[in-house]
Amino acid sequence: MSRYYEQRFKGLNLSLRDKFFNLNFGYMFCIILLALIGIVVLYSAANGNLYPWAIKQAMRFGLGLCIMFVLALMDIKVYLKYSYIIYFFVLLLLIIVEISGHVGMGAQRWIDLKVFKLQPSELMKIAMVLVLAKYFHGCNLQKIESLRGLFAPMCMALFPTALIMLQPDLGTSLMVLFTTMVLFFVVGVQWWKFVTLGVGSLVAAPIVWHFLHQYQKNRILTFLNPENDPLGTGYHIIQSKIALGSGGVFGKGFLSGTQSHLNFLPEKHTDFIFTMLSEEFGLIGGLTVILLNLIIIAYGYIFAFRTTSYFAKLVIIGLNTNYFLYVFINIAMVLGLLPVVGIPLPLISYGGTVMLSVMSSFGIILCMDVNRHINLGRTSLGDD
Amino acid sequence: MNRDNDKGKILLSRTMLMAIVNFFLLFILIARLYYLQVVDALKYKTLADENRISTRILMPIRGTIFDRNGIVLADNEQNLSAMIVAEQAPSIDATIAEFKKYIDINDKEEQKIRKEIKNHRKFVPVKLKDNLSWEEVSSLQLNTSSMPGIIIDQGVNRFYPMGQYTAHFLGYVGSVDEKEKNDDPLLMVPGFKVGKSGLEKFFENKLRGISGNVKFEVNAYGRIMKEIERNNGQEGEALRLTVDANLQKYAQDTFGEHSGAAVVLDVHSGEILAFVSVPSFDPNLFTKGLSHEEWNKLLYNERNPLVNKAVTGRYSPGSTFKIAVALAALENNIVSKDKSFYCGGAMTLGNHKFHCWKHSGHGYQNVVEAIKNSCDIYFYEVAMLLGIEKIADMARILGLGNLTGVTLENEQKGIIPDKEWKLKRYGEKWQQGETIIAGIGQGYVQVTPLQLAIMTARVANGGYEIYPSFTKLSLKDKAKIKKLPISNKNIEIVKQGMFEVVNGERGTAASSSFNINGIKMSGKTGTTQVRRISLKERQNGIKKDEDLPWSLRSHALFVGFTPHDKPKYAVAVIVEHGSSGSGAAAPIASKILQKALELNI
Repeated sequence: MSRYYEQRFKGLNLSLRDKFFNLNFGYMFCIILLALIGIVVLYSAANGNLYPWAIKQAMRFGLGLCIMFVLALMDIKVYLKYSYIIYFFVLLLLIIVEISGHVGMGAQRWIDLKVFKLQPSELMKIAMVLVLAKYFHGCNLQKIESLRGLFAPMCMALFPTALIMLQPDLGTSLMVLFTTMVLFFVVGVQWWKFVTLGVGSLVAAPIVWHFLHQYQKNRILTFLNPENDPLGTGYHIIQSKIALGSGGVFGKGFLSGTQSHLNFLPEKHTDFIFTMLSEEFGLIGGLTVILLNLIIIAYGYIFAFRTTSYFAKLVIIGLNTNYFLYVFINIAMVLGLLPVVGIPLPLISYGGTVMLSVMSSFGIILCMDVNRHINLGRTSLGDD
Repeated sequence: MNRDNDKGKILLSRTMLMAIVNFFLLFILIARLYYLQVVDALKYKTLADENRISTRILMPIRGTIFDRNGIVLADNEQNLSAMIVAEQAPSIDATIAEFKKYIDINDKEEQKIRKEIKNHRKFVPVKLKDNLSWEEVSSLQLNTSSMPGIIIDQGVNRFYPMGQYTAHFLGYVGSVDEKEKNDDPLLMVPGFKVGKSGLEKFFENKLRGISGNVKFEVNAYGRIMKEIERNNGQEGEALRLTVDANLQKYAQDTFGEHSGAAVVLDVHSGEILAFVSVPSFDPNLFTKGLSHEEWNKLLYNERNPLVNKAVTGRYSPGSTFKIAVALAALENNIVSKDKSFYCGGAMTLGNHKFHCWKHSGHGYQNVVEAIKNSCDIYFYEVAMLLGIEKIADMARILGLGNLTGVTLENEQKGIIPDKEWKLKRYGEKWQQGETIIAGIGQGYVQVTPLQLAIMTARVANGGYEIYPSFTKLSLKDKAKIKKLPISNKNIEIVKQGMFEVVNGERGTAASSSFNINGIKMSGKTGTTQVRRISLKERQNGIKKDEDLPWSLRSHALFVGFTPHDKPKYAVAVIVEHGSSGSGAAAPIASKILQKALELNI
């Protein structure tokens, strides 16, 4: 590292110990609490067994905590410096998955790392935020507001989104797209551009539709209208509502959810875990989970407001939005407000990739907050 | 720098906006959760219970039927059946193949079984074969390890230990018909049986009991997880009949190869002690399953084993009817005890000649002698003097031509003809010759064996209006038995005649008499022609009934009671095509009554 940077951060460089005590413990407390609730519910989902889910989830959470601490205690400059490298690396993984998916049979979304299956699309959610934050960090408002300045970030966003959509993973690709749009919005892209985009897509949709294959059309139709699904997503939603509603205010009690334990509820350990929790712990349980998530998201916004550098703010907003989307889409889905799209409830649903992905996000967010006093300059950081 | 400030300001304001949107959306989730779990909770609780609770009806145990001494006549027998549970069988083919080594199932059955396995969820047991014997079950149980998935199930069959001896009055049980179904969910249970005929049907409500139910918690696939609630219901009540199993069996056996019917009554109460209709059938065959061939053999048998002759068979009473005619004559003061008519073997009315069965004639006969000798001429004369209406009245008073109200289906009324009846039936006027014929129980007159037993019992008990009953009469019911409008004096005269029939010198049934410590039988024979032996046949030498083919021979009847002095048992016997009342029916009746005395019912 050049002398220039050393001088610039002198006096602000924190020791590892300082950094640790600068971590926001309230934030981490909420995260741990949610993960513990998740493990308890997974214990119940297996009819009162640690196996096969609770124990594994606990181990993953432990690993996630380690990753979170490592990422939180890292030098903030690393994120700024390597964001492009990270982005292109994840993009490469996505392409590999796409190709091997084509070579092998059927859709493939993951790379088998033996310990767990790595989903590059999950990593892309983080990489996308980092790379866009870095890009907009380096732009002035003029550039942001100009069409030319939007070209590069649009390409960076749309290419991986398209790849994920091809996997096909419509849910994740839409989440990535949504996070991107939020970032575009907060950095100041004019309202009229969003309006134009909205109107434009409405006009373009029938034309694109015309060029789609029948199987692609079917896939989209199923997504838009799950009740048409012969496997009965509609049935799942009805059972989910029955489970939730019958839970009442206080729930049916731990290990006593009839809908869940008698298998009326599908995917009770993954996508529909919120339903199971609300059946057994009632409104109290459901409300607790929503409020804990609300606190976590609120913390995110507080971090975004109080951190100094533009890059850090954008990273926090992006990752926080991503987390919010997980929580909102999943719960809205099981409450029957959104179509069933297969988005898990982070920290609670059983699943390795999402757990590690959100814990990484929390680590990065914490890192941004720990280093909130550092003002990263706009110019040419990481370009050397 | 200005623009940088602006950049920061825009970020701040737009982030604020996003935060507000986020919180707003999360509050929508909370509102929705509140709506589902508080506002609509009750509705969803009901739906969740409907999901998880499955109610199964428990069939009540059908009441046992006993004879008067506690001998079991109808019981519930264990029905052992082999079932296959698909999910427990690694290979259904292998298990069925192995099963077939021990128990025979034909291809048609196997096809049906495979179809059922396919149609049911894999944990639902499917019946392979029922009514297994203990030997079959034990051979299966010894080899369970080679037939994974086979289980033995215990069901219940109705079983009649006395088989064909009780078939005609007990009836049988069977599956519920569509038209028998009502709101009772029990009737919808597959395999549930109800009384289809006989006492099983009449006492259905008493015997059936009350169904129970079990509430199970089931999972989404319908598998039972646990029992939540159980209501065992109530067993059917036991039914105790007045029939004596020993007498019943003895009476039926006494018929030997004959077909016909016999009813034994307690004269004071009308309680049925034996109720025979032969030939009979074994109702247990129906439970076990009857082949088409076996069924046709029962259905098209010329001796009608499926028909309950005691209540649905209509026969001319023949000379047994003379009891009613004699009583009618005495009651209406047409004759006195000593009034005699001369029998020369035949009498002429208009241009028609009426014969006595004894062509040489009986000479002068009073009422007792006429009954003893069954003199037709005496009764022709009396009938003419009485007229058909008075004969019919007395016959009805004695229980003929009316439903007896016995608790069995298809009971026949029979026919006691009168002027009105003939006009209605044939649109013709009554002829005097018909009165004469009716006077000896021929012509239009038709009665059931049960009615004859009632008539006999009413005479024997001194003129009390008893009705047949398969169940014991309460004291209250007994107190309600009314005296018939017949004087004791006249009844005694007729009984005297009946005594002479059996015990008098050359009485018509003298060969069937007995004397057990002074206890004797009284009675009346009857022989009714199924067809007239024509003049031509008579000339061709066919004089005897026995020479005719079976189905053309005369019916043989006998009604009687014992002891003569203090009557206790009344019997009516009909031997179809038995040729002669004294030859075929009286011996049977005599044996039955002796047995009743011996059993001292």
